[in-house]
Amino acid sequence: MALSHLAASASRSSSLLKPLSSALSLRRSISGDNSPLTVETSVPFTSHQCEAPSRSVETNPKELLTFFRDMALMRRMEIAADSLYKAKLIRGFCHLYDGQEAVAVGMEAAITKKDCIITAYRDHCTFVSRGGTLLEVFAELMGRQAGCSKGKGGSMHFYKKDSNFYGGHGIVGAQVPLGCGLAFAQKYSKDETVTFALYGDGAANQGQLFEALNISALWDLPAILVCENNHYGMGTAEWRAAKSPAYYKRGDYVPGLKVDGMDALAVKQACKFAKEHALKNGPIILEMDTYRYHGHSMSDPGSSYRTRDEISGVRQERDPIERIRKLILSHDLATEKELKDVEKEVRKEVDDAIAQAKESPMPEPSELFTNVYAKGLGVESFGADRKEVRATLP
Amino acid sequence: MLAIARQRMLGQSFKKILPAVSVLRSYSSAAKQITVREALNSALDEEMSADPKVFLMGEEVGEYQGAYKITKGLLEKYGPERVLDTPITEAGFTGIGVGAAYYGLKPVVEFMTFNFSMQAIDHIINSAAKSNYMSAGQISVPIVFRGPNGAAAGVGAQHSQCYAAWYASCPGLKVLSPYNSEDARGLLKAAIRDPDPVVFLENELLYGESFPVSDEVLDSSFCLPIGKAKIEREGKDVTITAFSKMVGYALKAAEMLERDGIYAEVINLRSIRPLDRSTINTSVRKTNRLITVEEGFPQHGVGAEICASVVEESFSYLDAPVERIAGADVPMPYAANLERMAVPQVEDIVRAAKRACYRSVPLAATA
Repeated sequence: MALSHLAASASRSSSLLKPLSSALSLRRSISGDNSPLTVETSVPFTSHQCEAPSRSVETNPKELLTFFRDMALMRRMEIAADSLYKAKLIRGFCHLYDGQEAVAVGMEAAITKKDCIITAYRDHCTFVSRGGTLLEVFAELMGRQAGCSKGKGGSMHFYKKDSNFYGGHGIVGAQVPLGCGLAFAQKYSKDETVTFALYGDGAANQGQLFEALNISALWDLPAILVCENNHYGMGTAEWRAAKSPAYYKRGDYVPGLKVDGMDALAVKQACKFAKEHALKNGPIILEMDTYRYHGHSMSDPGSSYRTRDEISGVRQERDPIERIRKLILSHDLATEKELKDVEKEVRKEVDDAIAQAKESPMPEPSELFTNVYAKGLGVESFGADRKEVRATLP
Repeated sequence: MLAIARQRMLGQSFKKILPAVSVLRSYSSAAKQITVREALNSALDEEMSADPKVFLMGEEVGEYQGAYKITKGLLEKYGPERVLDTPITEAGFTGIGVGAAYYGLKPVVEFMTFNFSMQAIDHIINSAAKSNYMSAGQISVPIVFRGPNGAAAGVGAQHSQCYAAWYASCPGLKVLSPYNSEDARGLLKAAIRDPDPVVFLENELLYGESFPVSDEVLDSSFCLPIGKAKIEREGKDVTITAFSKMVGYALKAAEMLERDGIYAEVINLRSIRPLDRSTINTSVRKTNRLITVEEGFPQHGVGAEICASVVEESFSYLDAPVERIAGADVPMPYAANLERMAVPQVEDIVRAAKRACYRSVPLAATA
């Protein structure tokens, strides 16, 4: 497969002898330490109405190894979801994020769980980066009780309120005003935290986005609008949908930054910059230049509006996991074998979670009628034949 | 001695009864009277005072004191952080309100009229109503959407629609519609305290009307239960259901019917969703006849649901076909005479009730 080919071609025999401590670490899972490391982003940031942050990003071995592991996990998870969908264990919609992992992990590295994230329907990896488990993901996708929404939401409706992840939204663009509302509430509560509202290049043209941005700028809300520009809104290329595909500039009076979304460190730097900005000066737009390997959803092969060369080209040149792998290897933070072992571990974790999720039962029939309201007041609800099926809402 | 004392006491208590009776008949100033506007304003004030998470948002709610003056004085009292004037961007500000509710605040979003809520309806239904269900209880949405609903006077087709049926069909929403000042206070307070999204349908023409209120109603802890209708007038011959302005019309119709020996039971729905099917059916089982009254469009309306519910639950108790009085099945015209024909009038309710009681043949042929 493309990935292993890349790994082989990128391998350089690590001729330096490893010190004893790291040789011992071969028997434990690699974790790295916190010793500071500075890395340059792939490309400089382009800014609009503000000064771009520096290209030099502070990181450390532990962070890089965590990036690698987390992105490898997400990649494997999405590929496994693809198989499950084709096996008809997942129904309806399934929008996969593979290729865009760097946005999720880079963002998480710059913020805390008290900051809020809200996104659209391509939400599996964002959920995981906010602390969701693989079991919750696969069980939800298969509509089982162990799912994060107890099987009642589905692929597009993952939530994790205790780590301020507010979903998971199916209506294109709706999540942006909602995210600005979260930012409003954070400011109202004086929490000194921010909200990242993610949307795609397709959603970037939505009117409600500009309505929300106007209000956010007027009221100085700590809202960060993040356009995950994967260059295609379903089957429509950005240049066919937007007169101005420079999404980071679309805020007009709102500053913006264009970021290489395939570079987790650039994402981290931009999000850190954006958080500081938003807390002091109100809204800012981040445009993440990213790419999805899959089509829009599982019913879209993704190759009728893009060439296979384009897709494989991005995989070769810009894959986010390979970037981090090269970084780790070139700084001798781990060996190739160790990284391969991580990938094997991650694969096993995913397989175990799927097996466990398959064991989880479908929801009880009574669950049809739960959670309609937070406070049901004892009112009656009805099934298809109300003389047959009625329930009292708690 | 005792007998004289008792007589004196009775005399005094009779005097106490008299003013109360005269209030009911002629709205004298003995008991307190407040307008629906004052009722809503005081409810908002008290709930904002009691809970710092409650805030108001909408066009002209702040500096303008409210397009219909419902939010008068609140900006001055609570400041611009809690009373927010929005730009004319319903989709945007409603989404922001819902997002704030996700986080745990308690927004009260005003639509200048519910006609404009159509610009934001995706957020009301998809972002607010369904979230608790889709998240299996993680994300509850304690928001209130309020504003004038239905016909005003001479405002034309785009400003006169009633949205009760649309919103009340949606699981996950609660839909309330007050008639008098007691309703306005009690239901709005209940709506703000409720953890679910509530659509609160007011009526512009009722804002200026005064109604008597007891001390209990004026107390800041006063609250009405959601999902319970009120029997405004008891009767035995025919049940008339109504909400909002039509309750007043139904009560007038009941007075007229009484002169012809027909005693109508008038039910003020108060809550469109959840619908108090129990009160309605109990009443119909007593009277055996039903007239539903609403201002909105007849097809798929609130009355249609009530009629279906009664036919399903109380069929064997019906002595006459169920009847619906609703707005005309046309966009609202401007000309005064046509507008009058487009909304129910008291005589329409009276005629339908008589039909139900005498089974007289109606004028319009059934197609």
